[in-house]
Amino acid sequence: MPSDSSPFDQFFFVLRSAGVPVGVTEWLTFLEALKAGVIGSADELYAIGRSILCRTEADYDAFDLAFATAFEEATLPEDLASKVAEWLEEAARRFDEDRARREETRTAEELWRDLLDTMREQTERHDGGNRWVGTGGTSPFGHSGYASRGIRVGGEGRNRSAISVAMERRWASHRTDEPYQVRNLQVALRALRDLGRDGALELDLDATIERTCRNAGDIEIVEHRARANRVHLVLLMDSGGSMAPHARRVSRLFDAAERLGTFKSMQAYAFHNCVYDVLWDESGDEGRVPTDRLIRDLGPRHRVLFVGDACMAPYELFSPHGWPPEEASTGLEMLERIQRACGASAWLNPEPRRYWNHPTIRAVQGVFEMHELTVDGIREAVQGLRTPRPPRGFS
Amino acid sequence: MSENQVFDGTQGYISDGDLSAVVNAANVLQRPLLIKGEPGTGKTRLAEAVAESLGRPLVTWHVKSTTKATDGLYHYDVVQRLNDSRFGDGDVSDLRKYIRMGPVGKAFQMQEPCVLLIDEIDKADIEFPNDLLRELDDMAFHIPELDETVRATHRPFILITSNAEKELPDAFLRRCVFHYLGFPDRGRMAKIVRVHHPHVEQDLLDASIERFYTLRAVSNLRKAPTTSELIDWLGLLMHAGVSPDAVGKDTRFLGVLLKQESDLGRVRDDTERRA
Repeated sequence: MPSDSSPFDQFFFVLRSAGVPVGVTEWLTFLEALKAGVIGSADELYAIGRSILCRTEADYDAFDLAFATAFEEATLPEDLASKVAEWLEEAARRFDEDRARREETRTAEELWRDLLDTMREQTERHDGGNRWVGTGGTSPFGHSGYASRGIRVGGEGRNRSAISVAMERRWASHRTDEPYQVRNLQVALRALRDLGRDGALELDLDATIERTCRNAGDIEIVEHRARANRVHLVLLMDSGGSMAPHARRVSRLFDAAERLGTFKSMQAYAFHNCVYDVLWDESGDEGRVPTDRLIRDLGPRHRVLFVGDACMAPYELFSPHGWPPEEASTGLEMLERIQRACGASAWLNPEPRRYWNHPTIRAVQGVFEMHELTVDGIREAVQGLRTPRPPRGFS
Repeated sequence: MSENQVFDGTQGYISDGDLSAVVNAANVLQRPLLIKGEPGTGKTRLAEAVAESLGRPLVTWHVKSTTKATDGLYHYDVVQRLNDSRFGDGDVSDLRKYIRMGPVGKAFQMQEPCVLLIDEIDKADIEFPNDLLRELDDMAFHIPELDETVRATHRPFILITSNAEKELPDAFLRRCVFHYLGFPDRGRMAKIVRVHHPHVEQDLLDASIERFYTLRAVSNLRKAPTTSELIDWLGLLMHAGVSPDAVGKDTRFLGVLLKQESDLGRVRDDTERRA
């Protein structure tokens, strides 16, 4: 199989490096489709290839880019091009060595598995190589060489149309690493659950039969509680001035959580820059709520999500607030108390990670796992919230 | 399966090149076809169209939030049997009487190849798709009560729809051919609407579609109007005899397109201000 599939090797590499998570199963299915003859034109190569190699529409945009790259000279974002170049060269070299050595004795599946392993190692090694694919003419994955052989299925004219469709990048808005929609957020939040038997009453058929038999046929109904989500979600949102540019994204997250309805309860509070003795109730109409009361109510089933840029004047985090002075605590201490009182917590920062090099952000990161306020970031945060960790001590 | 059966839409269902290619590929590759898309993009109707154009019967399984994977295979009505043994006069020794096939079981037992639609799979629990993997891989399942295995006589063409309310497990996605049904563009939308309103005047059709896409483009709508709402709205416009020129200004029937009070209010104010 590898020999007659080779025109598409480059496509495979480009897909992987563009971020489409193509695995052995999908790739073999794709080769199967090529063999079965269902792909008769470049348009079909595009449509069917995409249907087999992408698992979600979030991958469509990366697929479009990879398709255009693999089958036609195309302009790419600068960083992607260099990524593809350095990665391809090394992977190609290593895989070719491997293939020469093993082709005789290995099945196609084993071979592709090896290829994947090679690439997995490669993604972790970002050293060396800065030439674009094939420009040197030495790479076995030379662009024009394979592209011209690979695309023979369609012919020049139709090929062009599939490429131009791919280049329109119609699916760019579906990427999950880009700004987000309420619906995507809900999908990410829905994974936050801890099922317990405290839902509605359900008939337990097996137990009913067992008891009824023991009663010599007098029917005795046994019921138990259905499984329901036990997670209480608490959103704590920074409404300080520096958050103004992010207000829409924060309110979308709030909307998503509030409308989802899969939590045992959902509460949202606002704070200003840092949490002090009072919070503002956003989900109900209580107005000012003492932070102490929230902390008292928190329990092991509460998951607390902070949303804020964690960027403030150092005194806001490190100087004591409150009255009387002996009961005053610093903002950081408040955060730590909340962190210890709940089952699990995380911090979502609307600023991109590269701007996180700030003293107060680093201090907050000492208390909470921090993630970006993106669909992917929320997904990571939820992953951490699902498995409560032992509370951290003071650092 | 005969490979000369090719899907390319039907009279009542307008397909596009990509969709037809993917349906046919899934058919030849014998992989389940997972269709995802916004509500109102015609996911469920696609299954009907595929069945019609391949000339196969359609077996539908509507998934709900409480549906379990085993519900699709078979149901052993043990309570009925117990009841019959106490109060009935029939013979309860024949277990077969109390085994009822679910949609998957029915599809497997069909004497001809069929189309099996698993509708809105994302409504069920997150584990639901994983619980079906083995049965769909093997095209068979076991009934312990009878110690019998139900094996598919003919491999059904499996079509699965999802509104993307939950993420589906990777192991499941790997086995499917996946297609995201994008929202139809104006040209395709005109064809779709014409299927439902064959006698609509071209001017009115164009004007209503124009207005529809303008509305959809309004950012921050809580719920953007979909195809079926456009079809209903156009029906009303035709019935009321609204002229094509007035379509952009008429606010009487906007409630058919916009179901959220706040959306409706905003668009109505907007229209009146411009008028």
